[in-house]
Amino acid sequence: MQLRGAEILIKVLKQEGIHTIFGYPGGVLLDIYDELHKGQIRHILVRHEQGAVHAADGFARASGQVGVALVTSGPGASNTVTGIANAYMDSIPIVVLTGQVPTHLIGTDAFQEVDIVGITRPCTKHNFLIKRVDELAKTIHEAFYIARSGRPGPVLIDLPKDVMAAVTEYEPQTPRKVEEAKPRPASKKAFYVMDLIAESTKPMILSGGGVILGGAAEELRKMAWLTKMPVSSTLMGLGAFPGSDPLWLGMPGMHGTYYANMAISHCDLLIAIGMRFDDRVTGKIDHFAPNAKIVHVDVDPSSINKNVMVDVPIVSDCKSALQSFNALLGQQKFSVDDEQRREWFDQIAAWRKENPLSYCQSDTEIKPQFVIETLYKLTKGKAIITTEVGQNQMWAAQFYNYDEPNTFLSSGGLGTMGYGFPAALGAKIAFPDKLVVDIAGDGSIQMNIQEMATAIQDNIPVKIVLLNNGYLGMVRQWQQLFYGKRYSHTDMTYQPDFLKLAEAYGWLGLRATRPDEVEAVLKQGLEAPGPALMDFRICREECVYPMVRPGGPIHEMALGREMAN
Amino acid sequence: MEKKEYTLALLVSNKPDVLARVAGILGGRGYNIETLCVDATLDPAYSKIILTTIQDKTTITKIEKQLIKLIDVHKVTDLTKVESVTRELMLVRMKLSDTNKGYLALIIDTFNGRVVTMNGDNCVIEITGDRSLIEKAAASLKPLGIDDMARTGIISLERQN
Repeated sequence: MQLRGAEILIKVLKQEGIHTIFGYPGGVLLDIYDELHKGQIRHILVRHEQGAVHAADGFARASGQVGVALVTSGPGASNTVTGIANAYMDSIPIVVLTGQVPTHLIGTDAFQEVDIVGITRPCTKHNFLIKRVDELAKTIHEAFYIARSGRPGPVLIDLPKDVMAAVTEYEPQTPRKVEEAKPRPASKKAFYVMDLIAESTKPMILSGGGVILGGAAEELRKMAWLTKMPVSSTLMGLGAFPGSDPLWLGMPGMHGTYYANMAISHCDLLIAIGMRFDDRVTGKIDHFAPNAKIVHVDVDPSSINKNVMVDVPIVSDCKSALQSFNALLGQQKFSVDDEQRREWFDQIAAWRKENPLSYCQSDTEIKPQFVIETLYKLTKGKAIITTEVGQNQMWAAQFYNYDEPNTFLSSGGLGTMGYGFPAALGAKIAFPDKLVVDIAGDGSIQMNIQEMATAIQDNIPVKIVLLNNGYLGMVRQWQQLFYGKRYSHTDMTYQPDFLKLAEAYGWLGLRATRPDEVEAVLKQGLEAPGPALMDFRICREECVYPMVRPGGPIHEMALGREMAN
Repeated sequence: MEKKEYTLALLVSNKPDVLARVAGILGGRGYNIETLCVDATLDPAYSKIILTTIQDKTTITKIEKQLIKLIDVHKVTDLTKVESVTRELMLVRMKLSDTNKGYLALIIDTFNGRVVTMNGDNCVIEITGDRSLIEKAAASLKPLGIDDMARTGIISLERQN
């Protein structure tokens, strides 16, 4: 049948299972928006293109499906760059559709023209400029396949206006399916890993975002429980292993738990799955897991031996690898009793007792950790939590236990302030019946605060828990600890009255200034039917502890007692 | 770690933007491409890129892994690892004078070069060979007054499959 480019675009999106997109109109998109007017696909009208990409990203992280953003040419396209780079660093499958000036004007510095394919080349998994309408359907299908296959990532498609208006013969194609992970015959390496596990007296698992992206949380749990190996997960991996399980060590690295870092520093076998040895995790690389044989499973060969040289590299998606480990453990009737792990467990318990994750409660000032603990208690750990970046993010990672994958959405690699709130909108679109809470700081929230209007217009009742200290807290913390308390340009005392701002946008605004108000404010905000912003005026100079100094080895941690006393 | 010149052959899609993607992998990480040669293969849907870069062993492995991740890069071969034939072509424009003519003829003869064109007191010389031969030829010609020159950079082919 003869169809226009814009019609084909919508048809192909529907075929790819897309029912909602996040977008912002513009001149070159008029053909597409005219098509969207028919209402076949839900369109969420954001207030800034960065918000559209983060929302698509949040949708993808929560649902495991590809998220889609649609923006116009020129500034619309260039405004997506941070969102795309963010998804690229965290391997999130999104497809970004950018409008482009008509093909005959490309390269002429036309109005609202920008070379977005050139700009996003290093921060997309792949990108396309479509110059002919007969390439359209095939290319969009390919883009979705690239975004969701292998190590997922963002794909951008640049759509010139004339291509959207042009007519061509369209025949529906079946979307290419990503091959399901399935157990493969056990490799030599898998047998070797079995030997290593059997020989080890101090083994542990370190899992990352790949386990969540690969849908392998169940297999990870099975392996940990079968082998009684304690588990630590990177920021990106939180939720893959239950945060309330006795084998759970907490997050490792710069603001990880003392016992996770000590376990890594003393283990004799480290099975790293779907993680990439980021510098925030490893600290000084020469001192990372110095006594351990390291097994590294990753779907991306370029992640292996990139930062840490490993003993057993396994290029595989996490699910297949874990399935084959678990099958072998079953075949070999592998068993280990608590007694065999006694010494190792005792050691970990001693570290845990020595320096538990803790903070000094106050009667007069609200401690941010207390807000998050109370949030955890009230939500029974069932909420989807998104975070901004900085102290709020670290406290959210430390003091809320994540029991399920895809429930902690945070900008891990790029560290994008302003990510959490639009991501929360995306997650709420994916799961309208779940409670979605953005844990924010007063710096970060102001970076994409315009999306408060989106939440009202499109009825997306998310919650914002604002840990408000009037500082760019994490940078201030470094100034406090390493730059002689010279708080150069991190004081943001001048800020809007967030209660009035909430009201102005049609939100419920609540505020707590004393610890005894925290629970009531949280309750009221969470139970309110619509979106709510809860402004917690927290202790201004609270720091995130424990902390590994930048570039230091992870077993040397500042515990913050000196600050607490 | 010791650095040396590596020659990589890349089988890529013959499409706009592919060269920029390849160059971006190296340039974006601060690595220089020393030489670069590109043309279509027998199948015009594909091109072969041959590039050289000076790296240590660990870095070249990382670069190879990043290159093969590109959707349009189908194969990466490290030609320094296999037995291969290597050639480079150099064109040199020289000013002729009574004093340099004789010596120039000797150099052309020594390096198996030939005069491609002659125009008044100008001539263009072509010399083909491996990299060290080209370097030597260039060094020999330099004192005679090189007007300008162009080099293709290295192409290289495995001796057998």
